[in-house]
Amino acid sequence: MPDNAYEAIIGLEVHTHLMTRSKLFCGCSAGFGAGPNENVCPVCMGMPGVLPVLNRHAVELAIRTGLAAHCEIAPESIFARKSYFYPDLPKGYQISQYELPLCKGGYIELPAQSEGTEARRIRLTRIHMEEDAGKNIHESGASLVDFNRSGVPLVEIVSEPDIRSAEEAGAYLRELRSILRYIEASDGKMEEGGLRCDVNVSVRKRGASEFGVKTEIKNLNSFRFVEKAIEHEVARQIDILESGGRVAQETHLWDPVREMTRPMRSKEFANDYRYFPEPDLPPLRVTPDVVEAIKTSMPELPADQRARFVRDLGLTAYEAAVLTQDRDLAAYFETMLATGLKNHRTAANWVMTEVLRAINETARPLADAAPLAIESGELLKLVETGAISLNAAKTAFAAMCKSGKGADATVAELGLAQVSDESAIAAACDKVIAAEAAKVAEYRGGRDKLFGFFVGQVMKAMGGKGNPRVVNEILKRKLTA
Amino acid sequence: MTSELNRMTIAEARDGLARREFSALELTRACLEQIKLVDPKINAFITVCAREALEQAAAADRRLAAGDAPALCGIPLAIKDIYATRGVRTTCASKMLENFVPPFDATVIARLREAGAVFIGKANMDEFAMGSSTENSAFGVTRNPHNVERVPGGSSGGSAAAVAADECLGALGTDTGGSIRLPAAFCGVAGIKPTYSRVSRYGVIAYASSLDQVGPFAKTVRDAAILLRTLAGHDPHDSTCSARPVPDYESALTGDVRGMRIGVPKEYFVAGMEPQVETAIRDALASYERLGAKLVEISLPHTEYAIAAYYIVATAEASANLARYDGIRYGLRVDADNTGELYNRTRAAGFGAEVKRRIMLGTFVLSAGYYDAYYLKGQKVRTLIRGDFDRAFERCDVIATPVAPTTAFKIGEKMADPLQMYLSDIFTISVNLAGLPGLSIPCGFDRDGLPIGLQLIGEPFAEETILRAGDAFERTGAVKRRAAIL
Ligand SMILES: [Zn+2]
Repeated sequence: MPDNAYEAIIGLEVHTHLMTRSKLFCGCSAGFGAGPNENVCPVCMGMPGVLPVLNRHAVELAIRTGLAAHCEIAPESIFARKSYFYPDLPKGYQISQYELPLCKGGYIELPAQSEGTEARRIRLTRIHMEEDAGKNIHESGASLVDFNRSGVPLVEIVSEPDIRSAEEAGAYLRELRSILRYIEASDGKMEEGGLRCDVNVSVRKRGASEFGVKTEIKNLNSFRFVEKAIEHEVARQIDILESGGRVAQETHLWDPVREMTRPMRSKEFANDYRYFPEPDLPPLRVTPDVVEAIKTSMPELPADQRARFVRDLGLTAYEAAVLTQDRDLAAYFETMLATGLKNHRTAANWVMTEVLRAINETARPLADAAPLAIESGELLKLVETGAISLNAAKTAFAAMCKSGKGADATVAELGLAQVSDESAIAAACDKVIAAEAAKVAEYRGGRDKLFGFFVGQVMKAMGGKGNPRVVNEILKRKLTA
Repeated sequence: MTSELNRMTIAEARDGLARREFSALELTRACLEQIKLVDPKINAFITVCAREALEQAAAADRRLAAGDAPALCGIPLAIKDIYATRGVRTTCASKMLENFVPPFDATVIARLREAGAVFIGKANMDEFAMGSSTENSAFGVTRNPHNVERVPGGSSGGSAAAVAADECLGALGTDTGGSIRLPAAFCGVAGIKPTYSRVSRYGVIAYASSLDQVGPFAKTVRDAAILLRTLAGHDPHDSTCSARPVPDYESALTGDVRGMRIGVPKEYFVAGMEPQVETAIRDALASYERLGAKLVEISLPHTEYAIAAYYIVATAEASANLARYDGIRYGLRVDADNTGELYNRTRAAGFGAEVKRRIMLGTFVLSAGYYDAYYLKGQKVRTLIRGDFDRAFERCDVIATPVAPTTAFKIGEKMADPLQMYLSDIFTISVNLAGLPGLSIPCGFDRDGLPIGLQLIGEPFAEETILRAGDAFERTGAVKRRAAIL
């Protein structure tokens, strides 16, 4: 917050693709990567006379989303036509939900954002289903439209104005994406338009009870842009208020190149969408049995998993939060523990540092960037048994990331195993004591600090592979003897 | 013999074909000959599909020869140009779709194909089914075969005229506010609008989605029953289409209406009705009494609000349904420097005056601030009208009314006054708002030889009842089918 006298009031509308095989109202593939206008049919091209037929799987995924966000699932919801003209909108209206959405209320629980902070709940207004539009492409002076995306199922998740900062908006989006991935409703990939966001922002003097005038920032397609746009917009609004001006109720577009928002021309947003109930689709009825069946098929959600990690495994709230950002990451951690690791927090920190580093450095998905979780677990077990040092484990891990080989093989190959054999260590100690007679005398005369020097010398003599615990023990015994 | 084949009913032709008295090819040729002869005078067709029809007829003959003839094998039908027909241009009588060739068949077209029907041509209509006279066509006015100075009714005027002029044996129309029943009445043929949801709307170019319904025209009630059997039934491509089993409508035509209670709504016999029309309807009611039916006076008190409600609901839906004609993907495009201007020019050039009027009306009633006052109120009136019928059907089995207050009016007579034109549908519109089945049958002629239509309205899915009633009247022979004078 640039000025601490103000607080920001932020609400997000997130659109995300549902991972169905076919589109929302026709049998065309909802997949990406096909050539332009390959996944189209008369229905999603808006040919004369065609009618929509609702995709059952999309409804199930939307209900899963609603249940994961603690929403009330409406026993009857209806679709509506939202009318506007745009070349990528084949029917001249989008089939969406307006007055009676599928999911009402609910909340998203934001996990602790750093060590020592607490979880926060962001309330939801609603979640509704709708179809996506096509994509306009401007190429060599021509405007082209690709309708592959036309009719791909979306849910729009609308939050209450409960978010108070750009960082919190980011945390909300990350948690939402994590939930969507856990329940396999959406992959939340922003680069394919799989997750898009409109932001409502206003500011008010801290302690005021009334909201300020809000602006809407449309069509943000990365988490970073959302945070940047909010920061920019909050600062802009505070500037206006501080200089005695009034914030205008406007719709803004984010300019990712100049990293600032600009108001849309009134023509760009002055739409009266003329919503009315879609006469081609009967009301969507969802019986309690269907909701119950979906409920029982729900996987553990990130918030529940976090709570379990804290309660049963002794992790801190922050550690649990980092691990559950991504379902695969959490699963990796749990698989590591399954090898019988005793120190859960060491394993957690291993994932948070070594594994995340591997992902970040390679910019590849977890499965490609890191060795199998079971091998990571075996590696840490070698640390626990004292067979290798933690540093050696890190060296081995880096090698395993590249080679894909197992923990034992890598440790052997790199010769990283520690020597714990007492006679070998005792021999090395004797050699050092014999060679450094003067220093031994000083030590015995009271210069305790020299102990570290002897440890170093013994380790050096052993090529760094002596088990530090055993070296300490034997050395101390021999020096005091 | 051959020259008269086109005058046959479907039932007669079906038997003749089965007995191999003539071939499907001969039957189709007879219809094409008649079209050549009379269509220049009445303009019932936008597109005549001679080549395709002859191919279909030849295929029908092969099936007849093989002994596996389906229900409508070799029967030549006219198809309102509102149905998507794969490979055959489908204009909806609009410049907007003048060269539009659909890559798919409407569900009912696919069903008729499967049943062996022959599509003789695409029939003229009011543009996008908006009109009551078939004068709003980008392809010229269709004229009434009984008097070419008169309109055939609309919007399915081409289909009705083609049947009346024996250019085909039956036809497909659509009915949103009376678009089958009115032209059936004006042209002196039978036409049925089934219960909403009885027949799939997939591939039927939408005017008002919650009101549009598919239905047949025929020379007799029996033929209408035969056609409806093939048309009706569940369609996975239409979520509003009923899964109810389809009865054998033909077997419901027992001729027996004894004990049937026929409701006569007092609101439908009002000042402004042509006396000759009222007389013909009263005579028909008297015939029913003689057949053993009982007449019951009923009331449909919200009738006077029907037209207003209809023009709100129908135009609201139309304003969205017609938004897809934007010049981007198919149909007419008038180029411009920017997209907004491209829309404006394309839609200005592509739509006729009545279509524009209804799009504007529909856009207005859905606008922010007006939605509650118009669209929502329109829907409430609809509920009241449905309630009227529910109560009426507690006291009767069938409701009998005139189809229209007048016989066919003169071409051009009402074009200057849309409200007068809208009133032509005053007796048919409530049936669409309530989603009920309605049958129109000829019940007489006025002094000028123009047909008068009787409307028989049933409860939801009571097509069998109204067809039985219509057929029973037809059997009395009180009204002889009169060949069009051409
Ligand atoms: Zn499609």
